[in-house]
Amino acid sequence: MSSQAQPAVAADLRPWTDPDATPFISVKGVSKRFGTFTAVSDVSLDIYRGEVFCLLGGSGCGKTTLLRMLAGFESPTEGKILIDGKDMANVPADRRPTNMMFQSYALFPHMSVEKNVAYGLLREGKSKPEAMDRVAQMLKLVKLEPYAKRKPHQLSGGQRQRVALARALVKQPKVLLLDEPLGALDKKLREETQFELIRIQETLGVTFIVVTHDQEEAMTLATRIGVMTEGEIRQIGEPREIYESPNSRFVADFIGSVNLFEGTVASLNGAQAVVDTADLGPVTTTAPEGVSVGQTVTLAIRPERFALTRAAPAEGTPNTCRAMVRDMGYGGHISSYRLKLGNGRIVSATQSNRLRDEDPIMWDEEISITFPPPVVRVLTR
Amino acid sequence: MRGSWFLPAASFLGFAFLYIPILSLIIYSFNDSQLVTVWGGFSTRWYGELLNDAQILGAAWISLKVGVLSATIATVIGTLAAFVLTRFGRFRGRLLMTGMVTAPLVMPEVLIGLSLLLLFVSMELALGWPSERGMVTVVIAHSTFCAAYVAVIAQSRLRDMDDSLEEAARDLGAGPVRVFFDITLPVIAPALVSGWLLAFTLSLDDLVIASFVSGPGASTLPMVIFSKVRLGVSPDVNALATLIILIVAVAVSVAGWVLYRQSKRG
Ligand SMILES: Nc1ncnc2c1ncn2[C@@H]1O[C@H](COP(=O)(O)OP(=O)(O)OP(=O)(O)O)[C@@H](O)[C@H]1O
Ligand SMILES: [Mg+2]
Repeated sequence: MSSQAQPAVAADLRPWTDPDATPFISVKGVSKRFGTFTAVSDVSLDIYRGEVFCLLGGSGCGKTTLLRMLAGFESPTEGKILIDGKDMANVPADRRPTNMMFQSYALFPHMSVEKNVAYGLLREGKSKPEAMDRVAQMLKLVKLEPYAKRKPHQLSGGQRQRVALARALVKQPKVLLLDEPLGALDKKLREETQFELIRIQETLGVTFIVVTHDQEEAMTLATRIGVMTEGEIRQIGEPREIYESPNSRFVADFIGSVNLFEGTVASLNGAQAVVDTADLGPVTTTAPEGVSVGQTVTLAIRPERFALTRAAPAEGTPNTCRAMVRDMGYGGHISSYRLKLGNGRIVSATQSNRLRDEDPIMWDEEISITFPPPVVRVLTR
Repeated sequence: MRGSWFLPAASFLGFAFLYIPILSLIIYSFNDSQLVTVWGGFSTRWYGELLNDAQILGAAWISLKVGVLSATIATVIGTLAAFVLTRFGRFRGRLLMTGMVTAPLVMPEVLIGLSLLLLFVSMELALGWPSERGMVTVVIAHSTFCAAYVAVIAQSRLRDMDDSLEEAARDLGAGPVRVFFDITLPVIAPALVSGWLLAFTLSLDDLVIASFVSGPGASTLPMVIFSKVRLGVSPDVNALATLIILIVAVAVSVAGWVLYRQSKRG
């Protein structure tokens, strides 16, 4: 998201929207099997220079395995990986233009912070003074100068994480692979470090591939997100696209919270469709291409998109129904509600608390909920 | 409550059973009397006498050389075996090799000694080497059975070691050999130090295997003591035994301390 804030040619900052752009990393039909178990299944991905690409998915869905194949610790059972146009099939880990930050940090316990960070530079054949110069710069960047002489076991979790980052970055790799880089940090440090990561990424212009199972983290960091489950990538898109236009029930449900309603398409008028649902009655919405009358579809509505009012909306307003407030939770900036519809179905809704002296909607009130056609997303998968 | 006195009493008896013989041996090494069983006042004369006993000094020197050499060889071989078994994934015959590496731990020493003796004899016939049994054959024999102990210690350390340390080094541009010397070896070094010390004490203690494979002029210290004791226990043997206990105790404590310090550091 950071890059979108900068004034520049849009296609330059979002190369994936340009069909002629050459991807920097191409993953082509890659599968990885351990025995009979398929950890990664037919994944294809294009990642562009300077991106922060987040792989997001639940535990055990194959994120680390995919990253390890990019780093060269695991070789694909099928498919191939190109980095900067070169096939990586026979390139061992120590010759790849990638560096990895490990889930466990993997700091060398017998070396000081300084030596850990210098290790990669020395292996590259840099002279000692030159390496130490670069190390000093890097430690300054991650704010660890006072700790240069300490051993890893004398550091806090957050400091170790920054050493791991510095060690992976100091060689200025073309691609930096980060496996749950912020997993061990508390919420506050995590947020600080997220911005730090973006700052560093922008300073050095490295391409980041970040693995995480924290969707908020993915949303904040990523230029694009790949949502994974059971070894497959289900959707690739910018954070907004993934949130606003999920391509399946799985993605809609996985990212943020969502209310899902089953229904059948009752009528189609150009792109406008009316979907009959048991919970909400007839719902007017925009249908995606290829939907036909009589088809079963799922409607997805985010909790914050419901408008809650005491008074019934004007006669003729589409997509509205009555509901009872069953539960209400005050969360400071927002309040969340659990609402019971006429047929007993519970839906969740949130309202932002914009005014200080509002008369809030409370328990057991009967209210109207309205969900204008654009907020309803039709899912066919 | 039974627990209040039973446990301390039981452990006291247990320790007494184990250590009173050793303690009395140490005390009687300072006995002035010629007779082992009669206390004749405190003296260090037997220690002095030891220093003048050429046979014992010679045997001690041989034992020391054999110990250092075979502990070193065993550490190298044991470490390599452990590395292959833990890092090369599944290869054909891995299970067999794992079993074979640890077999000497449970094999009766008499069998090890006998089989090595047969091996050396037939090697001498077939290859002309080793041309006679002596220090070389003892070192070879001790290296092989001590390597098993080192391999077990090194293997458990290698298994505990985070694989990603080696991967991280590869990732930063080090080839496999460099990774072994830069990362693996230093990380498991404490385990190897204690493995070496253990091998050293095992070699120093060994009587059975050495008796089988040693030859004229290469009697180790335990062999000399054993032959002396057969003629009756003399007080200088007590003094010698006390010194050996001291060396072994120091080696074992250092090994334990090194391992303990490492386990605390993770
Ligand atoms: N060496 C291996 N042998 C057998 N199975 C493996 C191996 N490595 C990973 N797996 C399996 O592959 C699947 C994917 O593992 P992976 O480590 O990629 O998950 P992940 O998405 O990173 O999960 P997490 O978020 O928990 O780290 C898991 O079910 C795991 O058990
Ligand atoms: Mg993982």
